[in-house]
Amino acid sequence: MIRRKLEENFFRVLMVLATIAVAGSFFLIVGTIFYKGVPFMNWDMITKIPGGGFYIGKEGGVLNAIVGSLYVAGGATILGLLVSIPVAIYINMYLSGKNFIVNSLRIIFDVLFGIPSIVYGAFGFLIMVYFGIRASLLGGILAVTLLVIPILVRTLDEVIRTVPRELRDVSLSLGATRWEMSKVILRQIRPGIFTAILLSFGRGIGDVASVLFTAGFSDNIPTSLHQPAATLPLAIFFQLGSPVEEVQGRAYASALILTIVVLIITVLSSVLSKRFSKNSI
Amino acid sequence: MQSFRLIKDKIYSKLMLVLTLASVSIVILIGVGLYYKSIPVLHKLSWGTLLTSSQWKPLKGLFGFFPFIMGTLWVTAISIIIALPLCLLTSFYITEYASSRIRKILVPFVNLLSGIPPVIFGVWGVLFIIPLIQNNIAPHFVEFSTGYSVLAGGIVLAVMIFPLIVSIVCEVLNTIPKELKDASLALGATKWETIRKVSIRKASPGIIAAVVLAISRAFGETIAVLMVCGNNAVVPHSVFDPGYPLPALIANNYGEMLSIPMYESALMFAALLLFIIIFLFNIISRIILIRVERRLAA
Repeated sequence: MIRRKLEENFFRVLMVLATIAVAGSFFLIVGTIFYKGVPFMNWDMITKIPGGGFYIGKEGGVLNAIVGSLYVAGGATILGLLVSIPVAIYINMYLSGKNFIVNSLRIIFDVLFGIPSIVYGAFGFLIMVYFGIRASLLGGILAVTLLVIPILVRTLDEVIRTVPRELRDVSLSLGATRWEMSKVILRQIRPGIFTAILLSFGRGIGDVASVLFTAGFSDNIPTSLHQPAATLPLAIFFQLGSPVEEVQGRAYASALILTIVVLIITVLSSVLSKRFSKNSI
Repeated sequence: MQSFRLIKDKIYSKLMLVLTLASVSIVILIGVGLYYKSIPVLHKLSWGTLLTSSQWKPLKGLFGFFPFIMGTLWVTAISIIIALPLCLLTSFYITEYASSRIRKILVPFVNLLSGIPPVIFGVWGVLFIIPLIQNNIAPHFVEFSTGYSVLAGGIVLAVMIFPLIVSIVCEVLNTIPKELKDASLALGATKWETIRKVSIRKASPGIIAAVVLAISRAFGETIAVLMVCGNNAVVPHSVFDPGYPLPALIANNYGEMLSIPMYESALMFAALLLFIIIFLFNIISRIILIRVERRLAA
């Protein structure tokens, strides 16, 4: 009896410790980034593009990378939505009842979701070579679009599935076509679409491997789709590899910027999805 | 008017069908595209040579992927060995022990962790894990280590796959009927005994699926691993040796790729390899998970 009680308590303590380790790793990471990044943070970082001699520690900031990342993640999210909203609607509205096809499609999107960004990057690079596009904002947006489509489709699919079946039946029984019914559903899932946008944007803004081959790097803010664009994660990566201390410091500060942006996006999306799930029940 | 609406519906239906087919066919296109690009290197060297040779001399046209495959396997194995016990214990705690208030505090942090970009994990690895290994862990075991090692890669990856494993295992544990656990508890078993003899047994397919998904995630992770692994093209023999996983190889050599003949083809072969393994692992785990879900519904 005592042995069993001891065993119970032993594993209970172990579980608490494991939970602290898992949840605590978040604080450890964010804490490290803040601790190292805050001393190097200043206005120049987010308001200036790299000046002359930036990479040997002279003045400037990473505005080029911030704007580049916003362009890439924003462009990819918009393109991705144009594809994924129709796909999610088609799967749920037009294919409803054909369970085998629907399930197979869902598995394929899950698999696409699992494919690492380096493979999307390599594939995006192949497409660019094929069409003769050089490393540019356009190339980056295309590669990241491939990356975010599965995220968008999966999220939208989940959201559409929460819409009560009756709503569809009512619109159909009133003589609406499936397309008109879809418009009703779309209005219903608006907050869900916003969650999907945030998720995709967060993934797009933080990913390196997909833009490494495709977006290139530039010290200037791109003014057209055909110019190379810097991205924030790539800027962190390059600056961290520098032997100059100031440049490394800027990498920490850039990491701080990216962390804050991504945390805000994640918190917003989870708050939104919570509110949404409240509405739907 | 009536027919106009129907025609509109038809047109939209066809358009959506095209978009759906197009996005689904990305899977096939990636496979075919990468294979097509790997043909030159596959013509020159056989699959066997590519996979088992340790000769990596791009300038001489020798492409042996063995060190990189071993690098990937070491890093992945270390990450799973660290992450699996921690994540299982955490999932048990969240689903069986924690009060709903604690759960409400804990779960968001797991979500936040999953939102952190890979490059941030990499920076954290360089700033925190590398010095930790170099100064505090390695000196107890080996004479000298820079800290840049497969162990560092494994630890960083482990933290990256925490949220994935925890969320899937928690979901699976929640599908276990309460009656089963109640029966075990009513017979006098302690909570831990119930977990060990009922929950784990019932959840094992789901746990396996979670691990397979985590492995495929760890396989493909690029930038964080690239930053902490040391990137030395030799087969690692201890956890303190540097390694050079496949994704890091692809990412690191992009610049010189086009100047050396066959190099591009060899790197695309590396991407193809990753794609095939991850594709298979994903399919397997998704099918297991769907089975688990069905069993619940039945």
